[in-house]
Amino acid sequence: MKILLHHPTREAALAGPKQVWQVLRELEILPDTVLVIRGDTLIADDEMVGDQDTIEVRPVISGG
Amino acid sequence: MRCRKCSTKAIIRLPRHNAAFCPSCFDEYVIEQVSRAIKGDRMFGHREAVAVAVSGGKDSLALWEILVRLGYRTMGLHIDLGIGEYSVASRKKVEVFAQARNLPFVVHSLVETHGLGISEMSEELRRPPCSACGVIKRYNMNAIAMHYEMPVLATGHNLDDEASRLLGNVLHWQDDYLAKQLPVLPNDHPKHARKVKPLYRLAEREIAAWAVIHKIDYIVDECPNSAGSKMLVYKDVLNRLEDASPGTKHQFYFQFLDRQKARAEAAPAAADLRECTSCGQPSTAEICSYCKLVATVQRRSEPAELTP
Repeated sequence: MKILLHHPTREAALAGPKQVWQVLRELEILPDTVLVIRGDTLIADDEMVGDQDTIEVRPVISGG
Repeated sequence: MRCRKCSTKAIIRLPRHNAAFCPSCFDEYVIEQVSRAIKGDRMFGHREAVAVAVSGGKDSLALWEILVRLGYRTMGLHIDLGIGEYSVASRKKVEVFAQARNLPFVVHSLVETHGLGISEMSEELRRPPCSACGVIKRYNMNAIAMHYEMPVLATGHNLDDEASRLLGNVLHWQDDYLAKQLPVLPNDHPKHARKVKPLYRLAEREIAAWAVIHKIDYIVDECPNSAGSKMLVYKDVLNRLEDASPGTKHQFYFQFLDRQKARAEAAPAAADLRECTSCGQPSTAEICSYCKLVATVQRRSEPAELTP
């Protein structure tokens, strides 16, 4: 699967299928700090992500 | 994972509430939390005009959208801080959002007003950009709201913002700041708008999720000046605690609020305000912080006089 990350903008790849929470754990990202989006749809932490999927891991923390 | 309310497929889990929601029930949850904040804390009524401070980020644009949905009369206020491409993109997000919904808004540009953006101003001031930014935004937001006769100024501060600010204030025992860290600050002077934070019951992630579900096009990039900000460090610490023990941020801030509201009722803070002799805005000093800041920038940015 292709994973789009921010701050800085970059791409990562992981083998699928995996549930969203497993992807975040492998990337060492706390679930409460991001949203995971496939296409333009928010997906839950138990959603399965396949090898052919592209997901965006969007941070929600702002420093203001 | 199933929605707690209707048992259809959930799209978000909220560990602090031990709940998960589908898009429709999550929408209800968010709107209910904002309504509860506005009514429960007597922030404003439908007859009052509300100035909404909008940065182009998720919180402020979501707040504006929710207030409009709830039928409040609003106007957006955007401060263009002149931080290169970041400010250009932020301003564009606000303009596109407002124009698509036919909502009134005002833009105040630092570069157009002072000839310098926040980064250049903070260099002249020899202080971190975030510290000058706070003074500049607070002053201008209030002044513009007053200029347009808007008695209420709403900001998009969320539960994470408030909990992290509380942590910072407690770590440094900033008693003066603690006394002011409430979701409603009454207008303690005829030239002060009432400052309200209708999103304080919602976590940052919940607001971002609501914005994504409602296809609000907000700026995802972080302000380039926020790198290394203490607030991000406090948020990181609180998020680690939250991961280990869901509900920590909520308990930390809401238990503080219970205590602080009781203290404020027992001994209301009486601000010793006068009017700045330079600009006429309310101030605790003869010259307000903003006028001092602008004067320092002007003095240091002028070329030194050449002596013969």
